[in-house]
Amino acid sequence: MLVVEREEEAGGVPRHCAHTGFGVRDLRRVLSGPRYARRIVDLTERAGVEVSTRTMVTGWASPRVAEITGPAGVERVGATAVVLATGARERPRAARLVPGDRPAGVLTTGELQQLVHVRRGAAEAIGRRAVVVGAEHVSYSALLTLRRAGVRPIGMITSLERHQTVGLFALAAATALRVPLWTGTSLSAIRGRGRVSQVELAEVSSGRTRTIDADTVVFSGDWIPDHELARAGGLKIDPGTRGPAADLLGRTSGAGIFAAGNLVHPVEPADVVACRAARVGLAVADWLRAGTDPVPARLRVVATDGLLWVFPNLVAPGAADHGPFAIRSREHRHGATVVVEQGGQVVARHRLRRAVPNRTQEIPGTWVGALDPQAGAVLLRIEG
Amino acid sequence: MYDVAIIGAGVVGCALARHLARFRLHCALVERANDVGTGTSKANTAILHTGFDTEPGTLESALVRRGHQLLGMHAHRAGIALERVGALLVAWTPPQADELDSIVDKARRNRCRGARRVAEDELYRREPHLGPGALGAVEIPDESIICPWSTTIAFALEAVGAGVDLRLGTTVTGVRPGGDHWELLTGTEVIRARWVVNAAGLAGDLVDRWFGHGDFSITPRKGQLIVFDKLARPLLHSILLPVPTPRSKGVLVAPTVYGNLLLGPTAEDQDDRTDVATTGDGLASLLAAAQRILPAVAAEEVTATYAGLRAATEHRDYQISVHPEQRYACIGGIRSTGLSSSMAIAEHVTEQLGAAGLSLEDRDEEPAVPRVPPLGESRPRPYQQPELVAADPAYGHILCFCERVSEGEIRDALAGPLPARDLGGIRRRTRATNGRCQAFYCGASVAALLRGEVGS
Repeated sequence: MLVVEREEEAGGVPRHCAHTGFGVRDLRRVLSGPRYARRIVDLTERAGVEVSTRTMVTGWASPRVAEITGPAGVERVGATAVVLATGARERPRAARLVPGDRPAGVLTTGELQQLVHVRRGAAEAIGRRAVVVGAEHVSYSALLTLRRAGVRPIGMITSLERHQTVGLFALAAATALRVPLWTGTSLSAIRGRGRVSQVELAEVSSGRTRTIDADTVVFSGDWIPDHELARAGGLKIDPGTRGPAADLLGRTSGAGIFAAGNLVHPVEPADVVACRAARVGLAVADWLRAGTDPVPARLRVVATDGLLWVFPNLVAPGAADHGPFAIRSREHRHGATVVVEQGGQVVARHRLRRAVPNRTQEIPGTWVGALDPQAGAVLLRIEG
Repeated sequence: MYDVAIIGAGVVGCALARHLARFRLHCALVERANDVGTGTSKANTAILHTGFDTEPGTLESALVRRGHQLLGMHAHRAGIALERVGALLVAWTPPQADELDSIVDKARRNRCRGARRVAEDELYRREPHLGPGALGAVEIPDESIICPWSTTIAFALEAVGAGVDLRLGTTVTGVRPGGDHWELLTGTEVIRARWVVNAAGLAGDLVDRWFGHGDFSITPRKGQLIVFDKLARPLLHSILLPVPTPRSKGVLVAPTVYGNLLLGPTAEDQDDRTDVATTGDGLASLLAAAQRILPAVAAEEVTATYAGLRAATEHRDYQISVHPEQRYACIGGIRSTGLSSSMAIAEHVTEQLGAAGLSLEDRDEEPAVPRVPPLGESRPRPYQQPELVAADPAYGHILCFCERVSEGEIRDALAGPLPARDLGGIRRRTRATNGRCQAFYCGASVAALLRGEVGS
């Protein structure tokens, strides 16, 4: 068993999330991100797994034969089973097509956290007056990181009508940190030569703009799976998650290739990811034991209309006790219904008290047992 | 006292410095920025033009053709990434289709090899992802893509290696005649040179006025561009060109030597000579063009956006003149073909300077041609080379994941005779932080290396 990790240390994003709340569902503890990461890596190594850091899979020589580069050398490594757990990243300014100058001081939360928590001493890179773009969970983490670095967050903006985090975080940001939240607002331009000097904010409904002084812009959230290896490997990509299409057991369209974590559902808290991934681990073990069994024919599960994505997005019809499906709504809704349809027939409805964008809702998957293998893809939509 | 001082270390100034360095001349290359090639030279379409669509008989036409030939050969010697992907100039309307024959004719008059009409069916066979509705094309097989950053750096390295004094961070604010030489005023010192060449790009007309000339005025013409994710690369084989108009070559879609797809440029005139901001309208217009030309690319992630300013003048041709009595030469109004013609401009201007009285005595030794490191996907990179990594593990420690840039390559970029001095310099020498994640993963570690924190 080999874990290939291209960063300096294993553990992923929690390594630089210097706040608590990690480990509740999987380790039954409450830990800071860095401690949680170390604990997970510790448990892995103690289980006899080789963890190779500073080492990167750069491509595929053939299915399940990885091209790997590390300080120890360049080599090809073949495996009976491959698990892709390459996570997700925040979409940067350029991908969001924010126009303007290209000054220093524009970054994502990922870079910000690494500057503050991993490579200390880069405070001058972060400036003094920061605007945070986004109001998801991670955006509030960005606020904390900015404060830790001695930077004043002067505002958060979201193009949606409300924040998308838990009420407690939003309240704390507004009262204790005193950071205004400008909803229905987008970042329409960045100005500055050398360093950011101003940002232009636009009201989404009217198009009216105003300019405020700032020297740092943090783009947070708007996650996209890091799916380069999945695409390079020819795996089918789900258009909703933009990660490899996979079922509940993490099986992708490639035989013996599994995918787990935020690569397939961008993004969930670390402990949720860990619990789901444990199930994938068991499926990998099954594959190793009886690998010649073909993966059963599966149906696509497609998010349509008001839904951004659904996971899992592959399902083997007939499974009697299929677990829940994670869904993402595009908009805030109160009292919505998720409708599951196949071949023009409604297979299930599930009422949600509310739907919040950038947050996962779950719907039961008991309807999988009633699916018709011949009736085509399963379509999910949200109403009301 | 220098024999020649060149004002401006863009691709043209550096090419000239390199060319002059093979003679027994003491030259200065004076640049206001902290690196070479930080103006238009770094923000263009990265195409080595054949000149097929230039006006036959113009200086631009002759120099682009000759420059294409020279740089095409030199790139291999210097390790500059170059790919002869060819171009397809596509007609989308009947009036455009009617122009194709005259485009072939013009290409042939420009002695462009292999220019021919391509029918619709062949066009779609070659480019299956082309948007619907194309009515045929002209093929220009020798149109190529190249790395503009490496080109400028390669020229500068060769010049510096042959003894040219590169004066970075030095802004010339005026000139004073000194009898048999010129005095270039920089605020802190005076640089004395017998001959002066103006290669100041966007400031070319202002510098020309210092010497008493007003033959041209520069109106910066902004070109905005969008770089799509490398995962989009398989969608296209050749450069897709539109039927040009008198104002601009139009919006193209092209592969890059780094492995991306490039879309652009726009063409907007402006007064400001330093404003390279992108605009909402500009980017939107590019995406609309992409929807027509190569619809599948619009579904891919954007990796980067940028803009460059063309030094456009009221004239249609290059404004290159030598004033023998002043011992002054001006290279102005190079618009959008400077990269392609750079080596030919250097050759031409040197010849003219010689005719004007500059003594051109060959040096004895053959100048060394330093090789620049490979960038992007053009040639095998250290991360793919077992022997390199075995000899130096820093080449196996990848820091910029998206572009596979190793600690060793960044370390090399910060060292040597023309080291990177800031993040931009590192980007142009390695492409670190230029990938799809835009420093999400690597920004902090690259910044640490820049700050001199050795051994991450």
